[in-house]
Amino acid sequence: MVETALHKVLQFDEAAEVARITDWLRETLRTKLNRRGLVVAMSGGIDSSVCAALSVKAIGPQKVFGLLLPERDSSPQSASRGRLLAEHLGIEYLVHDIAPTLQAIGCYQWRDQAIKQTFPEYSEGWKNKIVIAGGSEGKINHFNLVVQSPDGQTQTRRLGLKEYLQIVAATNFKQRIRKTLEYFHADRLNYAVVGTPNRVEYDQGFFVKNGDGSADVKPIAHLYKTQVYALARHLGLPREICSATPTTDTYSMPQGQDEFYYALPYQQMDLALWAYNQNKPESELALLAGLSEDKARFVYKDIEAKRKTTAMLHWPALTVQVVAGPRNKTQ
Amino acid sequence: MSFEKTLRSFILQNFLFTDDDSALSNSDSFLERGIIDSTGILELITFIEEQIGITVEDEEMVPENLDSIDNLVRFIGSKQSKDH
Repeated sequence: MVETALHKVLQFDEAAEVARITDWLRETLRTKLNRRGLVVAMSGGIDSSVCAALSVKAIGPQKVFGLLLPERDSSPQSASRGRLLAEHLGIEYLVHDIAPTLQAIGCYQWRDQAIKQTFPEYSEGWKNKIVIAGGSEGKINHFNLVVQSPDGQTQTRRLGLKEYLQIVAATNFKQRIRKTLEYFHADRLNYAVVGTPNRVEYDQGFFVKNGDGSADVKPIAHLYKTQVYALARHLGLPREICSATPTTDTYSMPQGQDEFYYALPYQQMDLALWAYNQNKPESELALLAGLSEDKARFVYKDIEAKRKTTAMLHWPALTVQVVAGPRNKTQ
Repeated sequence: MSFEKTLRSFILQNFLFTDDDSALSNSDSFLERGIIDSTGILELITFIEEQIGITVEDEEMVPENLDSIDNLVRFIGSKQSKDH
């Protein structure tokens, strides 16, 4: 039912959309950014893969530079899908393992210190992830820490605020170090950096400020994830990429994006945000997405709450008054 | 100081950066008025748990218990009366 509803409300002319985005990329590079090409960090996931393919379609493989930036907790499949894509697109790319940088800056140490506050027995060889709870049931969003010992036993406990903030702050190093490298290569090559959020991520603030949220262009920020998958198929991307399940690839235990951040799996989340944006009543969302009316109401509330909570992630640094300058002219 | 006053003072100083008592009415919804977001509510829960030694259970983390001074005072009162 969800698939049928998605197909009905989010279907679009893929060829026309590719033409619109690639025209916009060329125009933006030429008239606003004045850069000669594009840098794309490729996680092996659907969003960055489609962004890389659109970049190649817009300006050709010689002007797109790919980066694969794995670390200790990345799944090996991510890197292999990233390589597969780079080879498929025929672009120059570099694999840079960021684990030593993260180790040196204290990412793992700060994270593990906070985990041990909740699970003192946590140590080398254990795995972890954070799971969101509450919002989809009409409660206040809060976070549980799940750990897995080397023998496969898992335990879950609610995280204290201090520990939650420290774990997130530490793991945010991953996105910020990646962005530092993306800008190094962009500056070196006189290229611009492509940001790869889809519409739900962009709207709901599922990104790290000055990390994956930072970019010069965000070519798919207006597209629902379902539409990104449709573009991937239209662009003929490898089957392994088109069928990959969205994950955060940030924590050492497998973690779906819906577990970490959203109230619902991505198909239902697409429908929910679409319905919310179209001012559809909760009863219509319930019907479309196969949810109870109560759940649909909680999901709408959660969408509003996340928009409010994360609004500042989108903002530039605030100034006391409007300061005249080139930035104001381009907007 | 009553717990209500302690709570008001904590919210005024930590979330609103003021000591003006009129900045917050006891019935104001923290979330709807944008006084405190969901992370702020978690901070408030930590404060309550540390100050009066109760544990807020997962199922109790609903706006009806936590989203205004009135709601908090009522919720804490009912928790304390259950414990005694």
